[in-house]
Amino acid sequence: MEVARHWRQRGTRYRLEGQRNTRTGAIRFPAQPPALGEEPSEWESIRLSGRGTLYSFSVIRQAPDGFEGLVPYPVALVQLEEGPLVTAQLTDCAEADLSIGIAVEMVTRHLLDTGEDNVLVYGYKFRPCLM
Amino acid sequence: MMKPNRPVGLVGYGAYIPRYRIAAKEIARLWTDGQGGVPVSAKSVPGPDEDTITMAIEAARNALARAELDGERLGAVWVGSESHPYSVKPSGGIVAEAIGASPWVSSADFEFACKAGSEAFTAAMALVGSGMAEYAMAIGADTAQSRPSDALEYTASAGAGAMIIGPAEQALATIDATVSYVSDTPDFFRRADRPYPVHGNRFTGEPAYFHQITSAAQRLLDDLGKGPQDFTYAIFHQPNAKFPQTVAKRLGFTDAQIAPGMLSPQIGNTYSGAAMAGLCATLDVAQPGETIFVTTYGSGAGSDAYALTVTEQLLAARARAPLTSAYLQRQVFVDYAIYAKWMGKLVMG
Amino acid sequence: MSNIYLVGAAATPVGEHYARSLADLASEAVRAAFAPLSALPLDRVGGLYVANALAENLASQGQLGAYLATSVGLHGVPALRVEAAGASGGVAVQQAAQAIAAGQCEIAVVLGVEKLTDRLEGEVEAALALQSDGEAQAIHGLTLTAQWALLMRRYMHVYGYPAEAFAPFPVNAHTNAAKNPQALYRFGINADKYRKAGQIASPLNMLDCSSLADGAACLVLVNEALARELPGPHLRIAATAVATDTPNIAARPDPLDLSACRTSAQVALERAHLSLSDVHVFEVSDPHGITAALALEALGCYPRGEAPRHAADGAITPTGHTPIATAGGYKARGDIGGASGIYQMVELARQLRGEAGPTQVANARIALAQSLGGLAATAATCVLIADS
Repeated sequence: MEVARHWRQRGTRYRLEGQRNTRTGAIRFPAQPPALGEEPSEWESIRLSGRGTLYSFSVIRQAPDGFEGLVPYPVALVQLEEGPLVTAQLTDCAEADLSIGIAVEMVTRHLLDTGEDNVLVYGYKFRPCLM
Repeated sequence: MMKPNRPVGLVGYGAYIPRYRIAAKEIARLWTDGQGGVPVSAKSVPGPDEDTITMAIEAARNALARAELDGERLGAVWVGSESHPYSVKPSGGIVAEAIGASPWVSSADFEFACKAGSEAFTAAMALVGSGMAEYAMAIGADTAQSRPSDALEYTASAGAGAMIIGPAEQALATIDATVSYVSDTPDFFRRADRPYPVHGNRFTGEPAYFHQITSAAQRLLDDLGKGPQDFTYAIFHQPNAKFPQTVAKRLGFTDAQIAPGMLSPQIGNTYSGAAMAGLCATLDVAQPGETIFVTTYGSGAGSDAYALTVTEQLLAARARAPLTSAYLQRQVFVDYAIYAKWMGKLVMG
Repeated sequence: MSNIYLVGAAATPVGEHYARSLADLASEAVRAAFAPLSALPLDRVGGLYVANALAENLASQGQLGAYLATSVGLHGVPALRVEAAGASGGVAVQQAAQAIAAGQCEIAVVLGVEKLTDRLEGEVEAALALQSDGEAQAIHGLTLTAQWALLMRRYMHVYGYPAEAFAPFPVNAHTNAAKNPQALYRFGINADKYRKAGQIASPLNMLDCSSLADGAACLVLVNEALARELPGPHLRIAATAVATDTPNIAARPDPLDLSACRTSAQVALERAHLSLSDVHVFEVSDPHGITAALALEALGCYPRGEAPRHAADGAITPTGHTPIATAGGYKARGDIGGASGIYQMVELARQLRGEAGPTQVANARIALAQSLGGLAATAATCVLIADS
């Protein structure tokens, strides 16, 4: 059981919170602790829009424990409209629906099943845009 | 008839319906050899990564988009469902967190079978109408369970509707009044820790659905001094295709009035989501000045009735989020094997 | 830096060693490496460096330094486990070489060992996924294989290749492995079989994915004084270099640029006062064709986008310009997790001694091994030279 681990990720997983550099305007996801030589105030938290395009994708047929019930499932590198790349599952689509460059949007879904006596784990996935 | 101290209305609304469907005749193939009628043509099926919370979140985000509000403006996030993923741990807290409404927000889960969402709706009217909050969100969402081979299996489906209640002057549709009617009527129930509900078969009709709905609806019409002809549209809880048509006719409403909000023939009974998604579909087509009559129903049993009037502001708000029809049109049919896999009806060991 | 020599190199066959434990495999490799070194005084072994990536998760054993020092009979020696995912082997070689160079010991033993087949596939995939970013990838169900697949599809898109353009890599690996009695898969494949293979994580198919298996490999490193007491050829560790990158491929400015791979090779060659064209034979991380292609491009063997074209022309075979996987590579010799980097060194020692038989690269005197951890978050390069 990793209750605290999942809890402290809620901003990242539920709201796609990344960071913007207050000096350069650079945007990154996920948030990182301040690097050597940086002031902690140099990066501020921002919510990313969840809109992006497909940078690459794959369909997994040999899954890690915890994901066996989902196979086959698509995963992707998504280029968010703010710039950063993010890896995530795709949902509500078939492999034939996918090609590099299509517009995708974030949705919140179950990430994995950790068992009946465990916390439900929710987080971001992406799907081809509905609108 | 209940009216808040200050006028309130819907400032945002959003529906959610999963992508997947199973045809009723596919279910009939297993249990009746395809003989006999089916209560709907298909029902929506939640994907393997969906539940009441995920559907509520998407409906809520659609409602916020239409209202052009940040989640932090909400004074309450209330989730009505009979399929909350946790028995103990609020869906509302997770939804509030996901839409950015936390931490300064009131939140709780409601349960009243299929009218859990409308119970939240009435409470949200009161919270805003009393001036305790500027905006309050009421969500009805369900991934309804049904025992394999039970009559409910043809209809028990998945969907959500989210409504943001706010000041009437900002409303896409004002909410003019409401009535609630409740009695102890054991037509349908699920005991704690049981996986599937049971129902009283034909008892679910006359003393339950029809009695509660006609009581609440007629009372609201009478109190308003109006008749069915005074409303452009009507939505009744839709456990199947036939019940809402029948109750509409008894009350004097026409098929044309209920047509825009009739989703059950295509997606089955989305329980707490049913009347609310039907209202969303109706708002998707309604014009300023038109009026909407809504009556929900929850087993156990009770009904809430509402009268709404559409404003000019609906026209601009409508396109800010996917229309209900966008969710209806993306349908992908699955067979019973996939349905069983996703609904946890396969023993995976 | 004083010179360091590789005087012993041996490995167990790669396989599903169900009957054998971590300690059994380690013992066999260490004994085999020391077998021709009876002249070496064992009491002068001053360090045991265990390269292992997955023992806690998959072999139910921690503190491998002390555990394996005792198991193999190096009682009491300073010992530690080096973990850098698939680069554990390369990093351990560097640690051992640095200890000798610093004069801390005269003989250092590097032992790569991995015991993976006690666990089922799903557990192995989950453990491997933690070699990328646990929060950015593993929690989302992205396997390491799927992440290479993401890079492969992007590469195909950018440079206009079909998936079968990557067939020459596993075909070469299998052709060579068929001649290596220690390899996991001793049979050939062809491009037609590649096209028909089932998908693991599209566009990566079964014939373009390495299989993880058990094995142990051991290197004996000594200082120059001890090396001179032994018969030649003397294999000199001319340079080692390690570089790192973020384990999260999404956080890289250009995911198709394996920057750690590039930096580590450049630094190693500079330290060895060599250029890439001086190298006669290579061992790279090649669990998938895309991995080999990106590694060869990062090394500078080929301009970006051109590795598959050169592979199709035979450049990666034992008679080509950039021979790789002469023992079968990760794909067909087998992928031994954190021990792979040591297996690479064992093969390069064979090549430089002229003992590689049917896959011998003619006149090989300078060799380069590079092992990668995860999606090349760690890259460890070693340049080995047969002193004339």
